[in-house]
Amino acid sequence: MTFRHRLRRDWPLLVMVLPVVVLLGVFHYFPTLGNVIAFQDYSPYAGIRGSEFIGFGNFQRMFAEPAFWKAVANTVSITAVQLAFFFPIPIALALLLNSVLSSKLRNLIQGVVYLPHFFSWVLVVSLFQQMIGGAGLLAQTLRDHGHQAVDLMTKPDTFILLVTAQAVWKDAGWGMIVFLAALSTISPELYESAAADGANRWRRLWHITLPGLRPVIVLLLILRLGDALTVGFEQFILQRSAVGGGAAEVLDTYVYYQGLLVGDFGYGAAAGLFKGVVGLVLVLVANRFAHMVGEQGVYSKS
Amino acid sequence: MSARAVWEEEPTAVGRLGKPVVLALIALAVAFPLYVVVVTSLSTTEAVTRAGGLVVVPRELTVAAYVQLLSGGVVTKALLISVGITVIGTAFSLGITVLAAYGLSRPGSLFHRPLLFIVLLTFLFGPGIIPSYLVVNALGLIDHYASLILPAAISAFNLIVMRSFFMGIPNELIDSARIDGAGEFAILRRIVLPLSKAVVAVVGLFYAVGYWNAFFNALLYINDNSKWPLQMVLRTYIVQQQPLPTGAGGVATGIAGLSPAPGLAIKMAIVVIAIVPVLLVYPFIQRHFQKGVIIGAVKG
Repeated sequence: MTFRHRLRRDWPLLVMVLPVVVLLGVFHYFPTLGNVIAFQDYSPYAGIRGSEFIGFGNFQRMFAEPAFWKAVANTVSITAVQLAFFFPIPIALALLLNSVLSSKLRNLIQGVVYLPHFFSWVLVVSLFQQMIGGAGLLAQTLRDHGHQAVDLMTKPDTFILLVTAQAVWKDAGWGMIVFLAALSTISPELYESAAADGANRWRRLWHITLPGLRPVIVLLLILRLGDALTVGFEQFILQRSAVGGGAAEVLDTYVYYQGLLVGDFGYGAAAGLFKGVVGLVLVLVANRFAHMVGEQGVYSKS
Repeated sequence: MSARAVWEEEPTAVGRLGKPVVLALIALAVAFPLYVVVVTSLSTTEAVTRAGGLVVVPRELTVAAYVQLLSGGVVTKALLISVGITVIGTAFSLGITVLAAYGLSRPGSLFHRPLLFIVLLTFLFGPGIIPSYLVVNALGLIDHYASLILPAAISAFNLIVMRSFFMGIPNELIDSARIDGAGEFAILRRIVLPLSKAVVAVVGLFYAVGYWNAFFNALLYINDNSKWPLQMVLRTYIVQQQPLPTGAGGVATGIAGLSPAPGLAIKMAIVVIAIVPVLLVYPFIQRHFQKGVIIGAVKG
C-alpha cells in the first residue's frame, strides 16, 4: 500500500495521537534538549542563545564540590538501605497474605495495606510527624509517663531509617500486588505433587514458590537499580529543613536548591543531567545483566 | 472461603496464633494514625487540653474545626483550587489518553512504531527539574493553574495500560463496524469505549488521585500563595508548622454559636480534608482493580 493510501486510511488515528505527541514534545522532549544549558554559563536574561558555552565547566566545578558528593553518597546509601529493608517486605507480605485461607479476610487486609499508596507524601509526612514527631503521640505518651520525649523526625542520625519506614508504610502494600499476581500463576499441582513426594512447607517455599517469583523479583530489582539515583523528591524536600541538608540532601533536592533557589541554572542542570545519564546507563546495564542470567528483563530487542 | 488442600499439613501452633496477630498489627499500623487524626480533629478544646495533645479516646466531639475551615479562608480556597484542578485535569488527561491509546492500538497503521517509540522513550529518562522549569517559565505559565495540569497531563504508564486493553478487543468487532461505514472516531465511541468502562474508570481514578496529591509542580510553579492547592497548604501549616493566618484572607474565626476550635483540631481537620477524597474514590479503585491491569502493564 502506498504512503498516500495509508495516510488517507489512517489520518484519524494520527489526529488522535497528536495532542499527546504535542504535550510530550513541549514538556518532555523540548526540556530534554534544554539540558544544553548544563554546558553554559546560563543567564535567564540572556537565554540559551545569548549565554556563553563553557564546555564541561559546570561539571568540573560540580565534581570538585564536596556538597555534591555528599548528596550522591546520601542518595546511594538510601537506595542501599531500601534495597535491604524495603525490598523483601512486599514479598514477605505477599507470602503471608497468600497463605490466608479466607478470601474475605484477604480482601480486607489488601484493602487496608494498599490504601497509603494513594496518599500524598505531604500527608504521609504529616501523619508520621503526628505519631513520632516532637509534638506527636509517642513524645506525648513518653512525657505522660515521666520519660524524656523523643523527636524521631528531626534526628539526622536515624533519618535514613525514618525515610525507609515511611516508604514501607506508604508503598509496601502496593508493591505486594505484583508478587500476589505472580503467586497466583504458580500451578497448585506443583505443590500437590511436591507434598506427595514428602516436601514440607519450607521445602515447597524454597523449591516452588521462590523460583516461581524469580522473574518478578529480578524485574523489580532491575527497575530499582536503574532508579538507584532516584529516591523521591517530595519525601526529601518536605523533611530537609527539619533534619538539615547533611542527612536529607539527595541528588534531586541538590538540583532543586542549587538550580532554582540559588539561581545557578546551568550548574543545577548539570547535576540533573548527571543524574539522568547515570540513571540511563544503570537501566541499560541492569537489563543487559538480566539477559545474561537468562531473565526477560524490562525490554528485549525485538 | 476456600479450604485448606488435603495434602497440606495442619498449621502449626505458631502459624495459627502468630498469623492473625501479625495481620492485625499490619492493619493497625495503617489504621491507627488515621483514627487518631480523625478523633483529634473532632475534639473540643477541653478534650485536646486534657489529652495533652492528640486525642486517642474520643470525648466531647464537635465539628467546630470543620465549620471554621470551610466557612471561607485559606483552606476553603485551597480546597476549591484542588477540586478544580483535579476535575479539569482528570477530564483533560483522560480525554487525550483515550484518544492516543486508541490511535496507537492498531499495529501496522501509519507511523505506528515511531509514535509508540516516542511514548515509550519517556520511561527511560526524565527531562530534569531545571529545564522543565525554564520551559514552563518561558511559556508564561508560572503562577498559572495550567502549570499544575499541562506538564503532568500524560502518564505514559496509564497510556500503555489503556492501549493494551484496547488491543485486546476482538478485531472482528472493529472490522465489522468499519464495513458498516463507521469512521475511527465512531468506532472508538460506539464500540471500544463501551467495552472499556473498567479500564477507563481505573485510569481516570489514577489521574484524579495524582492531581489531588500533586505537590511538586505547585512548589515549582506557583509562587503566589493565594493560588496554592491543598497539598501546599498542608505542607506549610502542618509539616513546616507555620501559623495559619487569621482574619482577612486567613481562617475565619468566631463562627456564631460555636466556640473556636483548638489549633490542633484545626490542623488535624486539614489533614482529614486532604484524605477524605482519596477515601471516597478508593472503593471504586479497588473494585475495578484487576491484577490483569497492572501485570499487563508491567510486561509492557
